[in-house]
Amino acid sequence: MTTETSTSDIAEKDRSTGDPSGPGPIGPTSGGPLTLSLGLAAMVALGATLVLGLTLPATVEQGDYSRLIAIHPGVAWASYIAFGMTALASVLWLWPRTRSGHWDRVAGASAEIGVVFTALTLATGSIWGRATWGVWWVWDARLTLSALMLALYLGYLALRRVPASPDVRARRSAVTALLAVTVVPLNHFAVTWWRTLHQGRSMAQIDPGNDLDGAFIGAMLLGLLAMTLVYAWLLAQRVRVARLEDEAEEATLAQAIVERRREAAVV
Amino acid sequence: MWRDALLVAGKDLRIEVRSRVATNQVAPFALLVLVLFAFALDPDRGVLTRAAAGLFWVAVLLSALLAVQRAQTVESAEGTGDALRLSGLDPAGIFLGKAGAVVVQLLALELLLGVGVVVLYGVDPSGWATLAATAVAATMGLAAAGTLYGALAAGSRVRETLLPLLLLPAVAPVLIAATRASEAALGTGGLDVASGDWLALLSVFAVVYVAFGVVAFGPLMEEQ
Repeated sequence: MTTETSTSDIAEKDRSTGDPSGPGPIGPTSGGPLTLSLGLAAMVALGATLVLGLTLPATVEQGDYSRLIAIHPGVAWASYIAFGMTALASVLWLWPRTRSGHWDRVAGASAEIGVVFTALTLATGSIWGRATWGVWWVWDARLTLSALMLALYLGYLALRRVPASPDVRARRSAVTALLAVTVVPLNHFAVTWWRTLHQGRSMAQIDPGNDLDGAFIGAMLLGLLAMTLVYAWLLAQRVRVARLEDEAEEATLAQAIVERRREAAVV
Repeated sequence: MWRDALLVAGKDLRIEVRSRVATNQVAPFALLVLVLFAFALDPDRGVLTRAAAGLFWVAVLLSALLAVQRAQTVESAEGTGDALRLSGLDPAGIFLGKAGAVVVQLLALELLLGVGVVVLYGVDPSGWATLAATAVAATMGLAAAGTLYGALAAGSRVRETLLPLLLLPAVAPVLIAATRASEAALGTGGLDVASGDWLALLSVFAVVYVAFGVVAFGPLMEEQ
């Protein structure tokens, strides 16, 4: 996900002076062309989803709220990808051969974005539910599991904020992420297993003769694509910021050590 | 591994017997929760009887939090945790031992709470075999998950607040399944559900968390 190729002036200067007492090299501080194009693609896809979603016909049963199909499945899907990515990055961190701070940062960044998307899923779902079911919330298996998923990952993010050495924190977080991710497939298939109030999986319903109309399927698929792109772009940005945070912390520490040494030399 | 588990479980239970924290603080707390539910829900309307299964398991869950925290506190004082780590005992055995000690304490507590529910909420304890099976399966899941998350939260200054946030969502399936299975056994459930499926879910949960704990406890212990 780190696609940055450009290097910042500061980092260049530090490397060129080669001063061992100066702060360590700092990586690129802005996104590269790949991140930029990813962002542009996400913007275009979002715009197209918006246009297509708003031009969908209002249905008889649900009125204007049926247009939420352009957004709601997309954000739910993005939250699944995000939590899947957290689990994958956690496995890669735990695997000794691929262990690096990078995967820990990817796991944390992805979980943060996943929590935002889960909250958006619950919010858009509630709005739709109020209009269609007449209530903001029902204790349906999928809704309950989505809320549970949000709580689990809020706990994960809280655990990540506990001060500890990077290795300790990464190991704890990775174990927790692997425990938490089990709820994702459970959530996805909940509508099939428990025959819930929430309708079945949309993707499994795409077949001829189904009441899910072509325009709606198109809007939904475009929504999925748009949210996936938005997720990927956010992840690239968040991982970069996380890396800069880590590097800034190291640089500050190195700077402090240098200063203390200088003080010692004066005395 | 099993010998180590028995050693650790014996040690933890001996500490509990001698310190009397479980009997003097955790058990009264659990009973207090039962009484508070009765204050909050009008006892004359039969609400308590119908909700007894759920209230019972919520009380167990809250007490389990205390028991798990207690099991961690024992290892945080005066470097006993380090001593345990250096003892050469199998980490999987330590995990099973600590979880086992929590299981024993919680089962004793559930017996007490069960009597409390029968006396205070007017529940007829028919189907006690199903209830006992539910209690054992649910308690094993609770203790395994609790010990694992306890180890994750251990050593941090915010563990008292972090542990509930981590543990409660994770054991929510236990609360749901145990409540449904108990309702089926007591005949207080609204739907005509068999308790077998819920018991199976509880067993799967327990097996998964025990297996995960056996594998993950070693690396988690090394770090602190």
